[in-house]
Amino acid sequence: MAYTAENNSSSLMAKAVKEGIFAGVIAFGMFLLFVGIETYQDINNQLTWRTRWGLLAVFVAVAAIGRFLTVGFIKPHLDKRKLAKAKSGVLDISTDKSFFHRNFLKIALLFLLCYPFLAMLIFGRQGSLKYVDNFGIQILIYVMLAWGLNIVVGLAGLLDLGYVAFYAVGAYSYALLSANFGFSFWLLLPMAGILAGFWGIILGFPVLRLRGDYLAIVTLAFGEIIRLVLINWTDVTRGTFGISGIAKASFFGIWSFDVGAANNFNKAWGLPSSSVYYKIFLFYVILALCLITAYVTIRLRRMPIGRAWEALREDEIACRSLGINTVTTKLTAFATGAMFGGFAGSFFAARQGFVSPESFVFLESAVILAIVVLGGMGSLTGIAIAAVVMVGGTELLREMEFLKHVFGPDFTPELYRMLLFGLAMIIVMLFKPRGFVGTREPTAFLKERKAVSGSFTKEGHG
Amino acid sequence: MAGETLLKVQGVETYYGNIRALSGVDVEVHKGEIVSLIGANGAGKSTLMMTICGSPQAKNGQVIFDGEDITKLPTHLIARKRIAQSPEGRRIFPRMTVLENLQMGANLDNLKYFKEDVEKVFAMFPRLKERQSQRGGTLSGGEQQMLSIGRALMSRPKLLLLDEPSLGLAPLIVKGIFEAIKKLNKEEGLTVFLVEQNAFAALKLSDRAYVMVNGKVTMSGSGKELLANPEVRAAYLEGGRH
Repeated sequence: MAYTAENNSSSLMAKAVKEGIFAGVIAFGMFLLFVGIETYQDINNQLTWRTRWGLLAVFVAVAAIGRFLTVGFIKPHLDKRKLAKAKSGVLDISTDKSFFHRNFLKIALLFLLCYPFLAMLIFGRQGSLKYVDNFGIQILIYVMLAWGLNIVVGLAGLLDLGYVAFYAVGAYSYALLSANFGFSFWLLLPMAGILAGFWGIILGFPVLRLRGDYLAIVTLAFGEIIRLVLINWTDVTRGTFGISGIAKASFFGIWSFDVGAANNFNKAWGLPSSSVYYKIFLFYVILALCLITAYVTIRLRRMPIGRAWEALREDEIACRSLGINTVTTKLTAFATGAMFGGFAGSFFAARQGFVSPESFVFLESAVILAIVVLGGMGSLTGIAIAAVVMVGGTELLREMEFLKHVFGPDFTPELYRMLLFGLAMIIVMLFKPRGFVGTREPTAFLKERKAVSGSFTKEGHG
Repeated sequence: MAGETLLKVQGVETYYGNIRALSGVDVEVHKGEIVSLIGANGAGKSTLMMTICGSPQAKNGQVIFDGEDITKLPTHLIARKRIAQSPEGRRIFPRMTVLENLQMGANLDNLKYFKEDVEKVFAMFPRLKERQSQRGGTLSGGEQQMLSIGRALMSRPKLLLLDEPSLGLAPLIVKGIFEAIKKLNKEEGLTVFLVEQNAFAALKLSDRAYVMVNGKVTMSGSGKELLANPEVRAAYLEGGRH
């Protein structure tokens, strides 16, 4: 017994060494010209070349040692763990979870409630501006957008590539109505939502019979149409110049955040004048909007319409034969999703003080959809985590000044945003094909509620 | 057994584009009966079933259910007349749990009788009870068929349409499912209209049966009569019975 084990491990080592060397050779061949040789212009502006053997050696060594370690140690270790788990009968869906895991939502909510003040404590009044605004508010806007899109894509299974259109409708509704009629934020917030929901129904009608890729193309076109209308209808929207000077949100009409106003919030509370209080206020507004979105989604899922959405995603024909009106079901999904997009849009306009068609390009739709897919379609927690990683990650890139010391002063990390975005998506999809949270909370139960693992089903099927 | 007529299909013609799939079909189902429709592949059995459900709709002819013309109604309104269907290929909701699947069936009454009816379905198919919190897509073929029938029953139907319940199932499981259908019919008085390839089992189960060839009903009679009929035996039984 001992002999065979030893024999096994020695043959494993031989295999690891062999594969390591092989990986090194391939890396050498691949990087020889790309990394090993560098072209540059010399002092006479002539193009010449020099070699970088050291760097090439690093690349080759990383590849060889990495492969050696993977084959020799990491993979056997993982296999052994899997085997031990299978033997002990404990599956991935074990029920005993850590304290943090069980109370994750409560902890997250508590953290969010304290977040602006924590930021102020740590970074000071002006220093916290960045953390509350760029990280906090920005991420929460995307969380809300992704949760709104989740109703359409995650629950009802209608692939919508033009979601940003509703965001734009919400933003422009607020900007135009506030600039032309002087309505307040609190009046226009619901109005923008209703208008966007109305546009959701308008989009819904022509695409009722479409599904999957066909639907995706039509919604994509719809998003572009809205953007082009915003650009070209210059009389109303002022085209690419956008609309600036949009009124700020007030504290429910009691206090204003305008510096000159008599009922200025900071003056009324004896606070030093700083825009950070307005940002903190906005942070809580968007947090509340997010929580409303989550609450409505959770409630709807337990109601007949929410169940119908999910059933529609699974099988339209079966739905109809069970007496579900698929027309109204689809339209309500579009309208509800669009409404939350509209809320987020009007909030966005109030926060920016400026809207232009630039903010509503297709890329935004793609990012929101990516967040929904990465988070695990249908899972609110997963989507929130994905939004933090994706949006927070991009914001973080802006902060990485130190990379300039590594890659030279011309290096701008933001430019690599999409590259990293794509890389992150591939990695997540490789290791978690159903998104961060692949489990789905069932809405019906007789005795106890149990999360349903996605582990035993194929993607797209379960 | 001949009660009053529940479903009457009169001279129904259905087209897929320009192709005529049904050419003047007459079928009648009385209350409390099990009626089966047998025939070869492509005879139009499933098309008739789908036409009754309104998708596709009949171009000519009439479908009358409980004295009401339902020919031109959309599918979901036909379902609300309490015609429940266990469609071909079962069509359960794979990502939803067994219980949620059953819940979808009870949507018509807004879950008013859900608890009561779920117990009934579980009593009939104890396997579903064991698997109630499992996803539909993870069930075996037989269990999915049980779920499909169970889901159809949750809407308290007046007429149950079953499209090939034996498709792709082992003989023993088919037997179990057919016994359950028989029991439903005997004890609850449920009217069943059954489409089957498995002619022998279907004819044994049914009060009456129709034989369909090329979009037309060519023969009809009681299940026993058709079982004894030499033409039927030659076409559907001798070759098909293993």
